[in-house]
Amino acid sequence: MEENARKTPLYETHLREGGKIVPFAGYLLPVQYQTGVIAEHMAVRTACGLFDVSHMGEVTFKGPGALKTLNHLLTNDFTNMRVGRVRYSVMCYEDGGCVDDVIVYKFGEEDYFVVVNASNRFKDVEHMKANLLPDTEFADISDSLAQVALQGPKAPEILSKLLQAEQIPQKYYTALRGVDICGMECIVSQTGYTGEKGYEIYTAPENAEKLWTVLREAGKEFGLIPCGLGARDTLRLEAAMPLYGHEMDETITPLEAGLDFGVKLAKEEFIGRDALLAKGEPQRVRVGLEVTGRGIIREHQDLYQGESKVGQTTSGTFCPYLGKAVAMAMLPRAFAEPGTLVEADVRGRRVEAKVIPLPFYKRA
Amino acid sequence: MANIPAELKYTKSHEWVRIEGGEAVVGLTDFAQDALGDLVFVNLPQEGDEVTAGETFADVESVKAVSDVYSPVSGTVVAVNEELADHPEKINEAPYEAWLVRVGSLTGEEELLDAAAYEKVCAEEG
Repeated sequence: MEENARKTPLYETHLREGGKIVPFAGYLLPVQYQTGVIAEHMAVRTACGLFDVSHMGEVTFKGPGALKTLNHLLTNDFTNMRVGRVRYSVMCYEDGGCVDDVIVYKFGEEDYFVVVNASNRFKDVEHMKANLLPDTEFADISDSLAQVALQGPKAPEILSKLLQAEQIPQKYYTALRGVDICGMECIVSQTGYTGEKGYEIYTAPENAEKLWTVLREAGKEFGLIPCGLGARDTLRLEAAMPLYGHEMDETITPLEAGLDFGVKLAKEEFIGRDALLAKGEPQRVRVGLEVTGRGIIREHQDLYQGESKVGQTTSGTFCPYLGKAVAMAMLPRAFAEPGTLVEADVRGRRVEAKVIPLPFYKRA
Repeated sequence: MANIPAELKYTKSHEWVRIEGGEAVVGLTDFAQDALGDLVFVNLPQEGDEVTAGETFADVESVKAVSDVYSPVSGTVVAVNEELADHPEKINEAPYEAWLVRVGSLTGEEELLDAAAYEKVCAEEG
């Protein structure tokens, strides 16, 4: 185990729940519970799962310059965003590579809350601080918040046992703050990283254990089980959601990663815009692969057509709900057409795969 | 605590062996399947393949990762548990029934552990 790995406020709870603890992004977190990754994955697709995601980082931008700063730092456009909305964005370097991907909550005209990846927190904070525009108050509040994700088709019913309808965000990518769950003040958003309907709930660290227990109790009759990092990864992969360090990083632009919807090149200015415009249409793109040979293709495996190396996978696993092995990869545009066959070098063995459209899974 | 049947022999790398009529039946232990998690793919050798004690002869994949399986004995594969190709989860469900291969023409073996010695190995890794 990593010497300096930190514990989330739910660490003891995970031990009591039978979680298998591993170091991840500087934190000790459960990779799975006794039920195992497949059962946890299926619970989220068919009932509900509860995740501790307290490792995620949170920062705030406030003041008259906050909007301008966000539009400068991030690729998406926040100009016409309404209060109570949540929006996905990428944060780029000047050269167009990705610093991170984030979600932005707007709680007031001069009040934004931004969630960043745990593994990128300190790098992001440094980058944000270095690029603040005037009249912007910035704060890293990561250590003052715990976060859990309640994900799955039963999530609305479970939350309805604890909250009045007006305290539950009714639309995808909306959020409410000051929500009172059994006396605990929470931020609740209809967001997630599973491809399923669900909520992410933020509260003070001292409330975390009680919030977990209250949700576990409320969810029992609906088949809710706790889920670990293993299922979080298979769920996001099955839904073809990108993960920093895999589908995007310093060397991959958001356009190559297929994140065009979060990149507003028409916006007057943002860090990385000039580079993205100069590069033009990306020559390589993120594609989906279905394994048609025998085996499982994992991340960072070389892809071939005949003897020529054409690209590399970025993530890959066996998807429990689809019941098949899939991967995402960066391939030259010429190989991105669905139906194109490639071979992955899986520890010296060639395994065939076929390009298929993304996402692999989309909820009905 | 992992289930460790007294009548089997074990390796430090978490394979079990049962010697039956001059042949060795090889599988993965309960400790191994628990550590690996839900298995979703098994890559086995074919009948007639030679295996060497201490060397990898198969691999198993869970949703999380791939792991090599090491042969406890040297010899020739005389049977392969084909059922595992479609049902790798049998290893999770019943690790001492879901054998991987049967090896004949035995010419050597790894230093095999009895149940008590293997239990110590598990306790140390536990």
